[in-house]
Formats: sequence, structure tokens, C-alpha cells
Amino acid sequence: MTIKKLLTGNEACAYAAVNAGARFFAGYPITPATEIVELCSKLMPSNNGVFIQMEDEIASLAAVIGASLGGTKAFTATSGPGFALMSENIGLAAMVEVPCVIINVQRYGPSTGIATKFSQSDVMAVRWGSPGDHSLIVLAPSSVQDCYDLTVEAFNLSERFRTPVILLSDAALAHLREKVEIREPGELNLYQRKKPSGPVDGYLPYGSLHNDVPVMSNFGDKHILRVTGLVHQASGYSSDNPRVAEELVQRLARKIDNYQEELPAPFFYGRQSADLIVVSFGISARASLEAVNTANNEGFKTGMLELRTIWPFPSKKVKELCSGAKKILVVEANRGQVREQLISCGIPPEKLRGINKQNAEVITPSEVLSALKEENS
Amino acid sequence: MPLADYKQYVAMDRLPSIWCPGCGNGVALKALALALAESEIPPDKTLLANGIGCSGRVGDYVRCHRFHGTHGRTLAFVTGIKLVRPEIKAVCLLGDGDCSAIGMSHFIHSARRNVDIVTIVINNFNYGMTGGQFSPLSPYNMITSTSRSGKAEPDIDMCKLADVAGANYVSRTTIYHVAEMKNYIKESLGKKGFSLVEIVSPCPTYYARYNKIGTIIQQLEWLKEKFIPIERYNEMNNDEKENFFWRGILINRDLPDLYQHMHKGVEVRKR
Repeated sequence: MTIKKLLTGNEACAYAAVNAGARFFAGYPITPATEIVELCSKLMPSNNGVFIQMEDEIASLAAVIGASLGGTKAFTATSGPGFALMSENIGLAAMVEVPCVIINVQRYGPSTGIATKFSQSDVMAVRWGSPGDHSLIVLAPSSVQDCYDLTVEAFNLSERFRTPVILLSDAALAHLREKVEIREPGELNLYQRKKPSGPVDGYLPYGSLHNDVPVMSNFGDKHILRVTGLVHQASGYSSDNPRVAEELVQRLARKIDNYQEELPAPFFYGRQSADLIVVSFGISARASLEAVNTANNEGFKTGMLELRTIWPFPSKKVKELCSGAKKILVVEANRGQVREQLISCGIPPEKLRGINKQNAEVITPSEVLSALKEENS
Repeated sequence: MPLADYKQYVAMDRLPSIWCPGCGNGVALKALALALAESEIPPDKTLLANGIGCSGRVGDYVRCHRFHGTHGRTLAFVTGIKLVRPEIKAVCLLGDGDCSAIGMSHFIHSARRNVDIVTIVINNFNYGMTGGQFSPLSPYNMITSTSRSGKAEPDIDMCKLADVAGANYVSRTTIYHVAEMKNYIKESLGKKGFSLVEIVSPCPTYYARYNKIGTIIQQLEWLKEKFIPIERYNEMNNDEKENFFWRGILINRDLPDLYQHMHKGVEVRKR
């Protein structure tokens, strides 16, 4: 059944997690993610799940990883300073291949910044915060409906790829209240991790791969699970063999980067062959779309690209959609973290213009519109 | 179950271990395997979780479920595992540096929550894997590679800490006292809630060498002489206590564990 509700972004994330099958939440209170923690303290026990408030964010993600290795879909929610503490265990989750979801409700930083205010400045931190080479998935919602839909998608992708998936929300979306269509579990396509079915003797936790993703048992199952953050062989025992290390680290990237067509594709609005294209994500994409629609109603010919998967960066799609444009405006509430990625995909820097705001306030449609008009004049 | 069945928990084909000759880690592993065999806990319902460091490598030599995560965080991971899989018997085998420095907060909170975990702390008084630096448990004034003229900081008693934090079972022994070690581990495997078995262990490569404790035989004799039964220790005056450490069972009680508390909480909310 689909029901309509008036929810905040934070509430939508919590309800989506329950409907996606999450039955474990561990967290630590932090503005502006606190409502997710509070709501989960009610929703988890009432759905036969577990809520636990841990001593810090390091322990929160640790408990989530433990619960997931026990076979339960698990998640946490935090903001910049807490996310910084989680980086250590995000690396572990990537290395040992644990499905888990981390909701990062971005706030103004660096450091404590302004706890209650908005920014989009964690784009690089979520991708590169943890040392070592690995890939991971980051999704960016731009509406409360998206908070719901992409949270469900985050759980599906984490189970499918056995990887941490980060939902990159922000303080503005977190407290924005909008109508949401809630599709209940029966209506949702839910992906469950594959489990081993062969003989128990001689089972290798990392030995049987399906699309480069290991078919792993859970702790307590008949198939013995061995997990270590050290470089490990198919058996799950550690190894310092250079060939084992190289194959493992390359597979960790390959298992996601080679399957990007399974990740949420960018939305394209307006004219495909426009000379001017706006690229944005998250709540800034809402302001951008409003500006693009207004401009096009006034006779301008503008296209708009909304990124939904931020990492791995959809370079191929972005390059393809932007190739004909003479000018590309990149709208984001940071110093240009996504703009850097467009340069990395091979788009000439002189074609790019950043619309950046760093005063802890959201980017408004009129700000994007005036930039559009400047470029068109 | 016959005694030899301890081998069902040990990956004999992966031996010899990486540990130095004279290290206590292998002795502790055998005591744990014996205790598991005598308690008849099947390997697929046993989880051995480790910290980082020398003792952290113990998971490479077991046949049961094995978890090896990030430095100091083992108890937090296992808290998550135990809340969703309460039927698993979870043993966390941690080093003194892992548990009392970087992992101190998780240690206190796990004991406070009384999570159903058997925690074995192998205390060799230093960080062996990184070359013998002092840990919070290295005794005052002892020589390590970061305290060449004697450790300037006081140490801390993890057993007393576990007691005030709320653990159900707290004991301390040494690698010399092999039978006692196995018995304490076995006793803690039979408990619900947070158990701590601290095992003082020789580090022949660094700690014993820096502090001129002598050969491995002399190190074991040092453990035998310095660690006296808690009853005898308690009768000593403060000056005498300076030269000794206690061993024995400090706490043995049956307070409700975290899982029981949580489920009681749900019942109350539903009413």
C-alpha cells in the first residue's frame, strides 16, 4: 500500500530504513541528524529491531558493522564531526565487505562549524575520508521523497555490493517538511545479500564471487565466517602476499566501479542539446531546477543535470550529457568540490563556472537565475 | 568431550604462529580452546574477536568464527553482533594497549552495559607489535622503548575498573598459572553478562629484555613469585603491596545483561 504523509527529510530516512528491512540502529546524538536517532529509538524496538545509543560515533559504526555481520540490515546517522570519527570504520567496512548504510546530514563546517546550519561541503570527505584505495557508494537526495526513496536504494545497494553506502543529506533537507508517498515493504523491491548454500566443510568466506562480490555467511551460521581488516585470502585468514593484496584491493574498486549502470542515474531536465547546462545535486538542485524552469519559460534554452549518485562519480554520463554545452554552471554550497570532478572527467575548466555559496544559507532560485541570465546575455 | 577436542578450535595447519619464542599468546590460546572444548560450545556458535597487535593475530589460528576489526574497537563491534545474535558465545581477546588505551572507553561502556561478552586481556605490559612502547598497564617506572628512563605515568587496574563499571565476573591470573587460567576462562564462558579475565603474560622480546627480567624461565618464575593470591595480597600492608600484584577472582555476580535489560524495556513500553 502507498500512503501519503507529511514528513521531514530526517523522518523520511528513518521510515524508509524500517521499510527497507533495517532492524538495527546504533548512533550518537548530533545536530542536525538527531531526529533520526530519536525516531529510531522508537521505531526499532516496535518493529522487533534493536536501537542502541553508543558512547561515540566510532562505536556506533562499529556496532552497525557487527550487527550487519550477524545478518541484520543495520545503519547509523550522523553529521560532519561524527562522520569524521566514523571514517576509520568505513575503511574497515569497505575492506571486509560489510553491507551498511550511513546517513550523513551535512552541516556547516569545518569542525563544529555552525551545528544548526546548512552546507554541502562533505562531498570529498565522504569519499576520501578513510585511508587506502577502495570504492564506495554515495547518494544525494534533493527532496524529502528522495530521502525516502534513496534510503531504500542505499540499503539495496549495500546488500547487492556488500559495501558501505552513504546517503548525503543536509541540514536544510533534514528539516524540510514535504508530502511523501510511502511505499510499504510489499511495494518495494528489496535486495537481500546472497548466502552460501554449498558444503560447510572447506567453505571460503571470500572464495565464491558473484559479480566480484563475495557470497558470505553471517556470524553464528553453519558456514564459518572469518573477517579481518588485514589483507586476507579467500579463506579470510590474513596474508601479506603482494599478489593477494593487489587482487583484493583492485577487486574492492572493480566490484563497484564496473557496475555503475546499477546505481541511480543522473536526472536530466530541459533541453538535451542546450548551450548552457546547470549541474547540481541535493537541495541546491531544487533551486537550480526552479531557476532553469523559470528561465526556459522566459525563452532561454537551458538544460539541467541533477546528480543522484555522487560517488563513484558518473563521469561517463556527465561527459556525454555536457559534451555539447558551451557553458556549464555548477551549483553547490561549497568551494567547488563537484566542479573539480567535472574537470577530472575532461571538461575544459574554461567552460565551467561555479555558483558557490559558503555563508551557511541555502542557494536560492533567484541567485541561480541571475547567473543564468548573465551567461545568456 | 575428550580433552584432545580442543584442536577443533585451533587451525593446527596454520601453525607455527608469528609470535616470538617465549610469548604467552599461544599458551593463552590453548587455555581458551581447552575451556571451549570442556564447555562444549560448538565452533559455529563461537566467535573469537581480537584487537590489533600481537594478541590480535590469534584469530589467524582458530577454526571458529573470527572477527578482527579496528584498533581498540573490538568490544563495540561485538556489542552489535551480540544484540542481533545473542546465541553466539563471544570471546574478545585483547592486548593491554588495545584495551586500556585506544579502547578504554569501549571497555568501560561494555562493562557498564554488561554486554554478554567474555573479554580476555593479554597483558604483556607493552605494545609488542610496534616495538615495546609503554601502555597504560605498564607498571610505573618500568623501562620501555618510549620510557627509557622509566615510565613517568601511573598505571591503572583494569579489574577494579571493570568492577566499578558493572561487570559480572572479573578475575586475573598469569601465563604461569595455566590450570587457573583455563578454569577462569571456563568459568567466564558459563556466565551471562560482561566477564573479564586478565592474563599477565611475558614479552621476552621487549618488556623482559628492557627490564632485565632474564630468560623465559626466569620470566615465568617472576610471574609465579610476583602474582600472589588476592586473599594473601589483601592482608598485606601498603608497603608490602608495593612489591606484589594480586591474582584471583575479584567479582562474581549475576546482574542482568544488556540483552535482558533491552527486552525488559520493550515489554514495559508495550504495556
